[in-house]
Amino acid sequence: MNMFSDLQALTDFLSTGLRLSIPLVFAALGGTLSERAGVFNVALEGCLLAGAFGAALGSFVFISPYAGLLTGIGMALLVGGLLAILAVRLGVNQLVAGLALNILVLGLTSYLSRLLLTGDGRRIVEGFAPYPVPFLADIPLLGPLLFKQDVMTYLMYATVALSWWMLWKTPWGLVLRAVGENPRAVDTAGMAVDRARIIAVLAGCAVAGLGGCYLVLSQVFLFTEHMSAGKGFLALAAVILGRWNPLGALAACLLFGLCDALQLRLQFGQPDVPYQLFSIVPFVASFLALVLFSGKVKPPASIGIRYERGGK
Amino acid sequence: MPALKLRQIVKSFDGFRALDGVDLAVQAGTVHAIIGENGAGKTTLMNILYGLYQPDEGMIEFQEKPVTIPSPRGASDLGIGMIHQHFMLVDTLTVVENIVLGLRGQGMSLNLREHEKRIAEMSARFGFNIDPRAEIWRLPMGMRQRVEILKVLYREADLIILDEPTSILTPLEIEGFLENVKSLRDAGKTILFITHKLDEVFAASDRISVMRRGKVLNTTDAKDTDARRIACAMVGHDRILTVERMPHRAGKPVLVGRGLHARDNRGLEALRGVSVSVREGEIHGIIGVDGNGQAELAEVLTGMRSATGGLVEIDGRDITADDPETRRRSSRLAFVPEDRHTTGLVLEYPLWKNAILRDFGTARFSRAGVVDRRRAVEATSEWISAYDVRTQSPYQKARFLSGGNQQKLIFAREIESEPRVLIVMQPCKGLDVGAIEAVHRTILEQRERGGAILYISTELDHVLAVCDRISVMCGGVVTGTLEAHEATAETIGVLMGGTMSKASAC
Amino acid sequence: MLTVIGLAHRLRIPIAVAVALLAGASLIALSGVNPFEAYTTLFRGAFLDWYGLGGTLVKTSPLLLAGLAVVIPLRAGLLNIGGEGQIYMGGLGASVAALYLPGLPTLLHIVLCVLAGALAGGLWGLIPAYLKAYRGINEVITAILLNFIAINLVSYLAGGPMMQAGAPYPYSNEISEALWLPLILSGTDAHVGVIIGAVLALVAYYVLNHTTVGFALDTVGAGDAVARYAGIAVRRQLLGAMFVGSACAGLAGSFEVLGLKYRLYHLFSPGFGFDGILVAFLAALNPLLVPVSAFFLSGLKAGALTMQRATGLDGTVIDAIQGIVILFVATSLAFTFRREEWRRFLDKRKLHLAEPPVARAKAEESAR
Repeated sequence: MNMFSDLQALTDFLSTGLRLSIPLVFAALGGTLSERAGVFNVALEGCLLAGAFGAALGSFVFISPYAGLLTGIGMALLVGGLLAILAVRLGVNQLVAGLALNILVLGLTSYLSRLLLTGDGRRIVEGFAPYPVPFLADIPLLGPLLFKQDVMTYLMYATVALSWWMLWKTPWGLVLRAVGENPRAVDTAGMAVDRARIIAVLAGCAVAGLGGCYLVLSQVFLFTEHMSAGKGFLALAAVILGRWNPLGALAACLLFGLCDALQLRLQFGQPDVPYQLFSIVPFVASFLALVLFSGKVKPPASIGIRYERGGK
Repeated sequence: MPALKLRQIVKSFDGFRALDGVDLAVQAGTVHAIIGENGAGKTTLMNILYGLYQPDEGMIEFQEKPVTIPSPRGASDLGIGMIHQHFMLVDTLTVVENIVLGLRGQGMSLNLREHEKRIAEMSARFGFNIDPRAEIWRLPMGMRQRVEILKVLYREADLIILDEPTSILTPLEIEGFLENVKSLRDAGKTILFITHKLDEVFAASDRISVMRRGKVLNTTDAKDTDARRIACAMVGHDRILTVERMPHRAGKPVLVGRGLHARDNRGLEALRGVSVSVREGEIHGIIGVDGNGQAELAEVLTGMRSATGGLVEIDGRDITADDPETRRRSSRLAFVPEDRHTTGLVLEYPLWKNAILRDFGTARFSRAGVVDRRRAVEATSEWISAYDVRTQSPYQKARFLSGGNQQKLIFAREIESEPRVLIVMQPCKGLDVGAIEAVHRTILEQRERGGAILYISTELDHVLAVCDRISVMCGGVVTGTLEAHEATAETIGVLMGGTMSKASAC
Repeated sequence: MLTVIGLAHRLRIPIAVAVALLAGASLIALSGVNPFEAYTTLFRGAFLDWYGLGGTLVKTSPLLLAGLAVVIPLRAGLLNIGGEGQIYMGGLGASVAALYLPGLPTLLHIVLCVLAGALAGGLWGLIPAYLKAYRGINEVITAILLNFIAINLVSYLAGGPMMQAGAPYPYSNEISEALWLPLILSGTDAHVGVIIGAVLALVAYYVLNHTTVGFALDTVGAGDAVARYAGIAVRRQLLGAMFVGSACAGLAGSFEVLGLKYRLYHLFSPGFGFDGILVAFLAALNPLLVPVSAFFLSGLKAGALTMQRATGLDGTVIDAIQGIVILFVATSLAFTFRREEWRRFLDKRKLHLAEPPVARAKAEESAR
């Protein structure tokens, strides 16, 4: 295969991989934040979709990608709010709550997009254009790959760094990690367990929503039904593979993104073979990665368990 | 100057008055012990002082000002620190992270280095010898307790509450801990020390208050009283725990464990060559500080955990390879586990289902794979009256029974399986005096029938009261076995500390 | 008072559904359509019309079986979210058996096709169960990934090795007419699958609630420690429950192929496996109610089209309403064990209101 014969082709390939991984990275970061606090976030898929829908709606109405970004985050926060109420406050099984929200968001966005985004819901919206970073973009290979992207990509870098810093270098991150391990210890240290979890869920969903914004504002410039297409679930696997660490999640998502880029190449290279054979690749890769590498790592000890102070 | 004054504190739970008008004055700069039986209301009182519960009535004065303590945070802000019976530490975090968790005024950045330095200094000042960067799960229990103490010191607490601080320490660690308490007092702190162990009270405290049935009965200087007077005050006019015992007529060995080895859930070696034998008509006690391999021993003997070495025999037959069900059916081995809520019962099941929990597949309670509900309910009703289980009906959920009644149901199920061997693990945990007596009576009756009983407990008084022979476990080995008549608190205490060379690890 | 609360508690699912339908009405109103009219058309189209009823029953079959696929493993504490993948593998298994096993007696061949689907679904479900039981890997995530793998695998096969020559889009050759499942309502597509499903639901109800197998499963679901203490082989029960559940989903796939499509199409299931979760919770995890909730949901789906034609309202509104339904139902189920607390709460208030303090103290004394 001669696809990496020159630098340009390699850059293109890696750049495709990066672009495909960005929504996953956002979603996996969101998952990491809420799972570190002890709340399973199966609603990542719904957050992506809500973010995408919000982004399309905002950008369509206000004709500005920035407005789209804000609306997208807002929509994802709505999902987060519901998840927080159901899973943290009411104690609905976290998995069930997340799955229910996914179904709700899928139905609502399909209906509302037909209703609100006129035409048949395939209205092209304003998006972000690439913005090369001065100087950095001129570095060979890495420059065009990492620094000739759009605002969302830079936002992704910032979010990874920020969430890592937040989790490990701030008092707040310490509380968040503690609340996922031993909420009773946090309670007796005088902090509100549920509040910490709710904030973590909201933050996680907002970040995951950015992934949806990216799909609309940077990739396809329109909203299509179920455009998240399982990325939220892949991100869940990435959270585990990344060992509940933002940097790990980034690495896992990049791996999935490259797998995806590879299968796209293969699709174009082999037009006679049904493309679905190659579409399986990222899923098989993440499944195998899970089977091979997980089990040795322990999830946050209190994940999935509602905290109750209990009687006497 | 009184550091703390309580007036007529009342707290009820579901109509039960856990605190029934508590009055208490604690002088600043003293170690003040509050002693009382389980259920006397000590923990409730402490939770009120720490802001976890609000009193229904009464007044709290702290440093001569009336206060309300709305939350643990409020307590901490006032200068009240608490060290819980079960440590409130996050195992995966380091010492310093645990200490600064929830600390006020930290701003945006953690500054762990800074804190590390100050914690190391503080640790050195009190002779604690703690590495601030160590992860909690790697530390032994005694060290973890020091971390808890550092946690409250770091928050500049003036009043430190210690709730049953020695229950998971070894005798050696307890000695060190009592020294720590004194040095804290010498540094000007006021210490409120909750316990039910008499010897510790006299070893460390200046003043002693006795609690019983939700009231503080009397407060005296430690030097003006003695253990017997305190003990009488603790139990009041109730009978001190004694059960009629017939003389001991042990027969041949029934249950024998030879050189047992096993790992705990974390993969660490928990049993390191334990041999034990239980004879017909004998209650064999196993005493030791919690976490020295007792739980693993019970599980290996009952088949719930596989041994990595050694043999289990019943009546000379090797049953090491048998699963729990086979041991119950063929070897007639019954087991009362330690944890009623997650192991002994399904709390959401009605009593009749719990009654057949371990026998639902036998011909007695099912036919051709169909559960015979009528027979199960009949049997349950019989057991309810025979074992005096207080309940509305066999259809009641186990959740709504008191601890004592839950335990009676478990005993009914196990005894009614007509066992040759009965293993009981901490059967009196959290029970009141009446229920403890009922449990011990049941166990003694089983002995009269010629049953072989292994009684595992951390309560020395209980073991001394009912057992015919007593083995002491420490660090995954048996450090000694005594006949009941030669066993005293002192001889056993020495063995619990692990005087045998191998046991130094504990 | 307690009776009222108790009744509300018993009826919490129907109440949740009613509230959700009300909330859905506002969505319908958003389109400028009269919600009452829309719902009337929908339910008349789904349940009161011969052909509509046929359409509803066609969808009831896979929904019912997918619901059982969730209910059975959940009794042992495993959330089977892999129903969709198991349906696809079931359809694949049945098609392969139907297309590539020549020369068998017809009846035997039909049975074999049906069982091949069940087996394929069951085995596919065993993968996450095994990984959970022996490796401790979260079954939800592995099952979701396996869903995508199964869906794409079927698409590949239907568009590649098994594709009918010259077909416009991915589907296989037609299955011999002798192997088609019998129909039950003349003039409609409703096939015998729904009846078999209902019978299986009855069997599941009996087994789960009256046999030692059900007792063991419930105990496993109650907790690992107590199950081992009860002498139950926990892993075996987990694998067994998941196999049986997944086999139900696989059966749903078989029936879709043998009873309705007569070929292996790519994307032949529009998410029945996921809807199965909804069916299960709507039935409060009671196998006896699974056919009822499946019938209701498939009515919503089948009626949506009638409604769209009659009122011009977009059919996706039904997807949104379904989402609201599951949200409300899941929420209502969180209140399962609160009833005794209510009783105690009310008792306490009654006591306080009715008696002077001294008598109250005495009552409390004697209660102890």
